[in-house]
Amino acid sequence: MKRLVDNFTKYRFLLVELVKKDIKLKYRSSVLGFLWTMLEPLLTMIVLTIVFENMFERKIPNFPVYVLCGRLLYSYFSNGTKLALKSIRRNSSMIRKVYVPKYMYPLASALSGYITFLISLIVLVVVGIVQDVKPTWYLLQAVFPLATILVMTVGLGFILATLDVFFRDMEYLWGVLLMLIMYMSAIFYDPTNLLATPKGIIIRLNPLYGIITNFRNAIFGEPMNVKYFAYTASLSVIMLVVGVIMFYRKQDKFVLYV
Amino acid sequence: MDKNTVLKVDNVSVRFNLTDEKVDSAKEYLIKFLKRELRYKEFWALRNVSFDIKRGQRVGILGLNGAGKSTLLKVIAGVLKATEGKVVTKGRIVPLLELGAGFDKQYTGAENIYLYGAMLGYPKSFLKEKFDEIVEFSELGNFINVPLKNYSSGMKARLGFSIATIVEPDILILDEVLSVGDAKFRKKSEKKIKDMFDKGITVLFVSHSLAQVRSLCDRAVILEKGQVIAQGDSKTVCDLYQEKLNK
Repeated sequence: MKRLVDNFTKYRFLLVELVKKDIKLKYRSSVLGFLWTMLEPLLTMIVLTIVFENMFERKIPNFPVYVLCGRLLYSYFSNGTKLALKSIRRNSSMIRKVYVPKYMYPLASALSGYITFLISLIVLVVVGIVQDVKPTWYLLQAVFPLATILVMTVGLGFILATLDVFFRDMEYLWGVLLMLIMYMSAIFYDPTNLLATPKGIIIRLNPLYGIITNFRNAIFGEPMNVKYFAYTASLSVIMLVVGVIMFYRKQDKFVLYV
Repeated sequence: MDKNTVLKVDNVSVRFNLTDEKVDSAKEYLIKFLKRELRYKEFWALRNVSFDIKRGQRVGILGLNGAGKSTLLKVIAGVLKATEGKVVTKGRIVPLLELGAGFDKQYTGAENIYLYGAMLGYPKSFLKEKFDEIVEFSELGNFINVPLKNYSSGMKARLGFSIATIVEPDILILDEVLSVGDAKFRKKSEKKIKDMFDKGITVLFVSHSLAQVRSLCDRAVILEKGQVIAQGDSKTVCDLYQEKLNK
């Protein structure tokens, strides 16, 4: 344990550097650069609002804010896990040549995504003000879903990164699974009717739906759904534990497969 | 472990599994797995290798291609884990292998100093303090603010060498004598290594060249097919190796 802490202290600057690198290089060659962190969700929101407000009958109040909450959380989850999944293979040349603690790579991927995600929340604030969503004390409860999604992304990141070293197919499989998760997260529709039917179980089981719902509750000033929180939080802790154990057990083999 | 021992290679073996036949698809893999037909050819790159290095010794590792020299260095540097046995080290090891393996080509030279430095485990404050010294030694001048993708390979090697050698290591690992950059820089880098030698640091030096081992090392080890076949003082071992080559 002490060795682990010492090793982390020695290399914590590397973690900072890797996170910085991910963020810096993501937008380096584009003209608008870092602005895209905010512009991209804003434009997606506009498109989704135009499409869904005009083409579908049922109206959701404050649709732009509603869709933005779901979309921001989902895209962090999807980008973070995808980046972490490929992190070991992407850094294979380093893994084969220099010793660094390997968990730094998936961890840095999940963290750099989280930082850009937190910055992109500014868009939500702006849109919320424009749409006249009044902040309440419930807003503070947003920390719970925000913490849950981080733990879940880090945990899944470890699991996926480990699997991907041995099965390259993981990348594609995960892409398909992510699509399923997206449609089952009620990002741009109101799931109330669906939840009343037996099919609603798929949505309830989807941890991302619970996280998004609790985040929306915080934004729209409604109390937290404790059941969803308990479910998503415990699931993400389990994923983290499983991920860490899997990664730890297999990490010495990575160098032979990447 | 003896107080003066800084590196102890204790009965190290490394096994690689080479697949006998190619398994291309998941289906094939599954079938073979279920029928227990997944066979691997075992290959021992190192077998029961043991030696230790005391403080201030300069040890040369001799061996032909495929003798296991690189594998041994990887195990010592911590990149590869030994299948059996272990390596114990004391103090800071600087492997001057694969200089600049952690470079990012989109990053500028300056940014890469921090990235690569972090990868070698140096703290930020230290890198800040040594930044000018690194830039100066690398002779990159204004190129330090240019993305690495525009560097020549010599420039990359110069930067890598300058970062890696900014600390005084306790153990220096060298794979062949470095030939970095142009003649002028090569001279400079050789001098820097020579200075470290003169200060009495511990050196592990891997080479094909008998002449270099003779002149630089006081001890030597011969590896053949992953096993240590001789070790002792440099002169005796080199003579032995010479004999083997002549055969």
